[in-house]
Amino acid sequence: MRVLFDSFTVLAVSAGAVFFLAGTVGLLRFPDSLSRLHALTKADNLGLGLVVLGLLPQATGPLVALKLITVWLLAQLAGAIVTQLVARAVRRENQEA
Amino acid sequence: MAEFLIAAAGFVLAMVALGLARILRGPGDADRMMAAQLLGTGGIAALLLLAAGTDVPAAVDAALTLALLAAFVAVAFVNNAPRTDAAERRATDG
Repeated sequence: MRVLFDSFTVLAVSAGAVFFLAGTVGLLRFPDSLSRLHALTKADNLGLGLVVLGLLPQATGPLVALKLITVWLLAQLAGAIVTQLVARAVRRENQEA
Repeated sequence: MAEFLIAAAGFVLAMVALGLARILRGPGDADRMMAAQLLGTGGIAALLLLAAGTDVPAAVDAALTLALLAAFVAVAFVNNAPRTDAAERRATDG
């Protein structure tokens, strides 16, 4: 049983790390701001989501698992709001330029 | 298992450090803001991984706090971004 949890953790955390890599490379390589924002949110949501998912079986107690999920929900909420606000700021800048 | 988690935390931090290069190169303020946002999220992920890797439950609380604060960074940025909207400029110039 333990091995099943550990292998699941390794898989999910490495998938999360791959999304962080993809998001970072996207942030550096993409031509304009809005596509960079698109790449960034992938790293945010999926990277962190998969890392948290992978850490759930490692949690020592139900409270810690609940706290992990809370962190992920907060990051989701923050990511969603931030993306909209920054996109509006970018659009406003483009209108002037 | 613990070594893998700590290695993953190191990898995520390396990615975030790579992403910070966008702050140097970023043409607009928004691009720099994105790198700061990535730093916040990467920091949260690394903290969580370290919490599990080194069995320090307090690090999860630190990640919780960082998750809370990461949102306010961007709100502050958008609020203080130069108000160059045409309507607002007319309002302020009038």
